[in-house]
Amino acid sequence: MDNRRWLWPCLLTALVITSLMSVSIGPLQISPSVSFSAVINWATQIDIGSVAPHEQLVIDQVRLPRTLLALAVGAVLAQCGAVMQGLFRNPLADPGIIGVSSGAAFGAAICIVLFPQGGEYAVAISAFLAGLVTTLVVYRLASSPSGTSVVLLLLSGVAVAALAGAGIGLLTYMADDMALRDLTLWQLGSIAGAQWHYVILSLIALAVVSWQFNRSAKALNALLLGEAEARHLGLDVDKLKLKLIVLCAIGVGISVAATGIIGFIGLVVPHLVRMMVGPDHKQLLPLSAILGAALLALADIGARAIVAPSELPVGLVTALIGAPFFIVLLLKQRSKLV
Amino acid sequence: MNNSTQSQPAAIAAHLSNVSRTTVIELEHLSVRIGQKPVLTDINLKLKAGEVTALLGPNGAGKSTLLKSLCQEIELEAGRINIHQQPLTQWDRQNLAKSLAVLPQHASLTFPFQVHQVVEMGLYPLTLSQQQGEQLIDSQLEQVALSHLKYRSYPTLSGGEKQRVQLARVLTQLAQSDKPPILLLDEPTSALDLAQQHRVLKLVKSLAHEQNYAVVVVLHDLNQASRYADRLVILQQGEVVSDGPPHEALTPATIRQVWQYDPIVVNEPGQLTPLLF
Repeated sequence: MDNRRWLWPCLLTALVITSLMSVSIGPLQISPSVSFSAVINWATQIDIGSVAPHEQLVIDQVRLPRTLLALAVGAVLAQCGAVMQGLFRNPLADPGIIGVSSGAAFGAAICIVLFPQGGEYAVAISAFLAGLVTTLVVYRLASSPSGTSVVLLLLSGVAVAALAGAGIGLLTYMADDMALRDLTLWQLGSIAGAQWHYVILSLIALAVVSWQFNRSAKALNALLLGEAEARHLGLDVDKLKLKLIVLCAIGVGISVAATGIIGFIGLVVPHLVRMMVGPDHKQLLPLSAILGAALLALADIGARAIVAPSELPVGLVTALIGAPFFIVLLLKQRSKLV
Repeated sequence: MNNSTQSQPAAIAAHLSNVSRTTVIELEHLSVRIGQKPVLTDINLKLKAGEVTALLGPNGAGKSTLLKSLCQEIELEAGRINIHQQPLTQWDRQNLAKSLAVLPQHASLTFPFQVHQVVEMGLYPLTLSQQQGEQLIDSQLEQVALSHLKYRSYPTLSGGEKQRVQLARVLTQLAQSDKPPILLLDEPTSALDLAQQHRVLKLVKSLAHEQNYAVVVVLHDLNQASRYADRLVILQQGEVVSDGPPHEALTPATIRQVWQYDPIVVNEPGQLTPLLF
C-alpha cells in the first residue's frame, strides 16, 4: 500500500541522474559536475565559471535540447500509452502498436514531401491531424458494445499501419534526396539534431497533456468499470473519450513530428509503473511521465554510446527493449486471446 | 428485519405504517420497442422510497428493459419517466448519479485495482475532501462486511465478494443524496451461491427499510422475491399483469398464466406467502 512513498523519490532521482548523464555523455566527454554548472549557466544566464566556452556551446546547442526533447517526448508517449490502455480498456494499447504513430508519420511525410515550404509547425499540425484520424479509425474498428477486443484492436492497428506505411512508401518514391533523408530518419525515430523550436513545442505538449490527463484521472478509473457503469456514475463518457483521443493525438502527433516513430515507450512504461503502484491513474499518470522521460533519455544515451562515435536511431533501441517485452505480455495473455 | 421471530406479513405491516412513503419513480405510459418488436407496452408504475420492488417475469418479458430504461440505456418509444418529480431527460447527469445508482450484474475490471480503489470510484459524482472520502469508503466497506479485504486485489475475490465490493461502491455513490436514494439491481444474485444470495438481498432490504432507499431489483427466483421484496411487479410480454404485495401478486393462478408452469405449492407455517417449486 505504501510502496508509492519510496517510488516517487526513487524515480525522480533516476530522472535527474539520467538527465545529467545525457548532457555529459557524447563524443566530447564533459564531467557531470561541469555539465551541471553549464546547465545552471544556461538556465540563469549568469556565468558561474568552471565551464570552458566550447563545452558550454556543446551543451547549449546540442546536448541540452536533445536531453530536453528526449525527456518531453518520453513523458508524453508514456502518458499517452497509459491513457490509451485505459481508454481502450486494454493493456496492449500503445500509440506505436495500434498504428497511431504510423498515421501521424504519414501525415508528417505528406507535409515534408508535398509541401516542403510549409514550415516546421505545418509538419506538427499535419502529424497531429493524421494521428487524430488514425486514432478515431482504429477506435471505431475495434469497438463493440462490450468494449474493445484485443484481437480487433491489434488487427486494426496492423491494417492502419500498413496503409500508412504504403502511403509513406509512395511518398518516399516521390521524394527528393533531402526529403528522403528526413523520411528515413523519421521512420526509425531519432532525437539527434534536436532543434529548440521542437523542444519548446514538445514541452508545451507535455504541459497540456499532463495537466488534462491528470484532471481526467478519476474519470479514467471509473471508465475501467465499463462504459455503462461509468455513465451511471455521472460521467459524460462520449465527451471524455473524445477529449482523451484528441489529447493523445496532440501528444503523439507532436512527438512524431519532433522525433519520428519511437515505439514501445507507451507500452513498457505504464506496465512497469502498474507493477509497482497498481492501476490507479492518479498515481499511474505522473509516475509514467517521470519513468517515460528517464527511460527515453536512457535509450538515447544508449543510442549514442553503443556504436560511438557513430549513432543508432533511438527508435531502434526502444524497439530492441520493447519488442521482447511486448512478446512476454502476449505470452502472459495468450490464454485470454485465443 | 428479523423474520424468525416476527411473521412476514406482520413485519411488512409494521414497516409500512412506520414509513411515510414518497413516490420516487413514476413511469407514465412507457413504451419501448427494440427494432420492430414492442418490448414494453404502456407501463404505468409509481415506485416508492422505503420499499423493495421486485420485477418478475419469464425471459423476454421486459424486466431488464424496464430497468435499462430507468438508467437511460434505452430510448423510449413513448411515455415518460419522472425521477423525484423531474423528467429523467432533464436531470443533470452528475446530480442524477448522486441519487440513482445501478449495481451491474457482473463488473470485471481490466486492471488489478485494490478493493478500496474500486469503492473509491463511487466518489466520482460527489464533492468530498480526501479525508471525508476515505471515511466514507471505510464505512461502506464495513456495511458490506468487507473491511478486512480493503487492500486485496479485486480480481482475486470470489463472485460474492466482488458483488459486495460493487455494492459498496454504489452505496458510496448514493451517500450524499439529499433525496431518498434509488438503487437499481439487475439480477444481483445470479452469480452467487446460496448464502451470498441471501446476504446481498438481506442487505438490500435493510437499506430500504432502515435508510429509506427505493430499491428496484430484477429477480428470477420467485421465492426469494416474495421473501425479500415488499412489492412484486410481474411482467408478461411487456405488460404489467400483476402488481402488489407478494401474497397478493404472486398466486398459483398468476404463475400458471405468466410462466405456463404448474407450481408445487408448499405452505410454510407463519408465512403468508407459500414456497413455490
